Amino acid sequence: MKIMITTRGDFISPRFDLSSEVLIATCYDQQLMEEPRSLLLSDVSAEILCDLALKEKVSVVVCGGIEEVHYQFLTWKKITVIDSVIGPYNDVLQLAVNSGLMSGTILSGVNSREVAS
Amino acid sequence: MNIESTLQNVSVVGELLNGIPHGVAILDTNLCIVRMNRFLEAMTGYITDEAKGVYGEFVLRTNLGSRDLVCKRVLKNGESVSIDGNIINRRRKKIPVHFTLSRLHDGKGKPLGVLIVLEDSSVMKVEKLGHQEQSIRTEIIGHSSQIEKVFELMSVLARTDASVLITGETGTGKDLIAEALHKSSPRARQPFIKVNCGALPEALLESELFGHVKGAFTGAVTETVGMFRLAHKGTIFLTEIGDLSLPLQVKLLSVLDDQEFFPVGGSKKVKVDVRVIAATHRLLRDEVQHGRFREDLFYRLNVLHLHTPPLRERDGDIRLLLDHFLRRFSAKLGRDVTDFSAEALAVLTQYPYPGNVRELRNIAEYSANICQGTAVEIKDLPLYMFRAAESQETPEVVRSRLDDSLILPEVVKKVSPVAGGWIEMEKEMILDALRQCGGNRSKTAVVLGWGRTTLWRKLKKYKME
Repeated sequence: MKIMITTRGDFISPRFDLSSEVLIATCYDQQLMEEPRSLLLSDVSAEILCDLALKEKVSVVVCGGIEEVHYQFLTWKKITVIDSVIGPYNDVLQLAVNSGLMSGTILSGVNSREVAS
Repeated sequence: MNIESTLQNVSVVGELLNGIPHGVAILDTNLCIVRMNRFLEAMTGYITDEAKGVYGEFVLRTNLGSRDLVCKRVLKNGESVSIDGNIINRRRKKIPVHFTLSRLHDGKGKPLGVLIVLEDSSVMKVEKLGHQEQSIRTEIIGHSSQIEKVFELMSVLARTDASVLITGETGTGKDLIAEALHKSSPRARQPFIKVNCGALPEALLESELFGHVKGAFTGAVTETVGMFRLAHKGTIFLTEIGDLSLPLQVKLLSVLDDQEFFPVGGSKKVKVDVRVIAATHRLLRDEVQHGRFREDLFYRLNVLHLHTPPLRERDGDIRLLLDHFLRRFSAKLGRDVTDFSAEALAVLTQYPYPGNVRELRNIAEYSANICQGTAVEIKDLPLYMFRAAESQETPEVVRSRLDDSLILPEVVKKVSPVAGGWIEMEKEMILDALRQCGGNRSKTAVVLGWGRTTLWRKLKKYKME
């Protein structure tokens, strides 16, 4: 299973359409197969991210806020979207790999200015 | 003293925030959520209890630049910021929002946090659209069913980005409609460039439209960008497109198809994003049939077609326009001309207005200038209106009147209308007279009522010797 996470710094990016960094991880049987890849995008656009998700053949997209139109597009393409997630991407990835992540999850460690920046 | 303890001291703060009809968030100096009012809870989909302590940007999801630069600046400088943007809420809805950010501080000026007011502007945008439609109507005056149809079509055309062809007689408001279409389109903030294709010779027009590079021709001492590049991201309005020469029509067609062109003398292609609105008083379909207008360009321009009705077909609009222009000119001149007399109004409403609204406007301006009382009388109307009425009589009536009142040489009366103007008619007249007099020039001169020298001069002039 391939997971794509939109990130900003060490955290899940607040908005899917404004994300310029993504993390792509491959896992099998609740284990990461390899070190997750980090991609830096030259342009910021929800359409580019949707294309990337299709190109990379990901099964799960984890993100913060996403517009309905992009959410519907990805689910139509049989991609599971776990949105409105708030938290550090490492913890989020771990939860996603263990299939314990749900939309709207707010993890701890998101309450100080230092960690957020 | 931190902001949370400050707010706890004031028990009414929560209720106070809930009383504000906009979303309000209070962030601490770490830019984490301290309080949200009910309006913001509904807007974002997060309740205060779960959002409390969370970094504000993760909850609000604004587009105010990455890494909360605006918030940090407000906290640092203390200057309030008002900015338009949007948020994406938990229900995956993007909401246009007007943000106002202010710094909160204790009585001694020490910053305690940031107050963010989020004003939902989606309602205002809908109202603005309605207002734009209204503004189309206020610039162009009319309530007739014919002009109402134009308004309806305009509100549809304004929302598209396709080329528009506006046709209609001269003075029917083609320019005004083009400008209104631009102003109510998504390109409204970008330039609107008007080019009169009939006003310039071909070589000059090409350089005017597409620009030229330095040294492209004699006198091209500097580079010119051209109207198409000036109108980049906006609208170019090509008026009198029917007067465009065939070679330029080819170039225009390629620009419309590819959105790129070579400036005059240039070797580098220029790409532009321009919406084209064209207008003409000519019947382009006829021009195509006569080979004066390229068929492919006609079909390319004729994506959306809008025809402006002539004033004589707009029932009831004449009176409306007369009143409007009279009021406007009378105010401009500082006069007290407010109305038309019944006789003057009868003439004005019966007049066919071949120059349409432009002519009506000029008549109103003339009347406002000439009139000495408070109501425009017949004597205050331009004289040509009555002459025009006479000229509308049928040729038979005019001829019979000429027969009765004017003593013209017999030859003149017999002359049938000849195409080609006065010269052709005079030639025909001389030939007829010569035929009648058996080629005798002295008799011909008498019949024509001229001296022999005049006849000789005219024969020489028309090479009829």
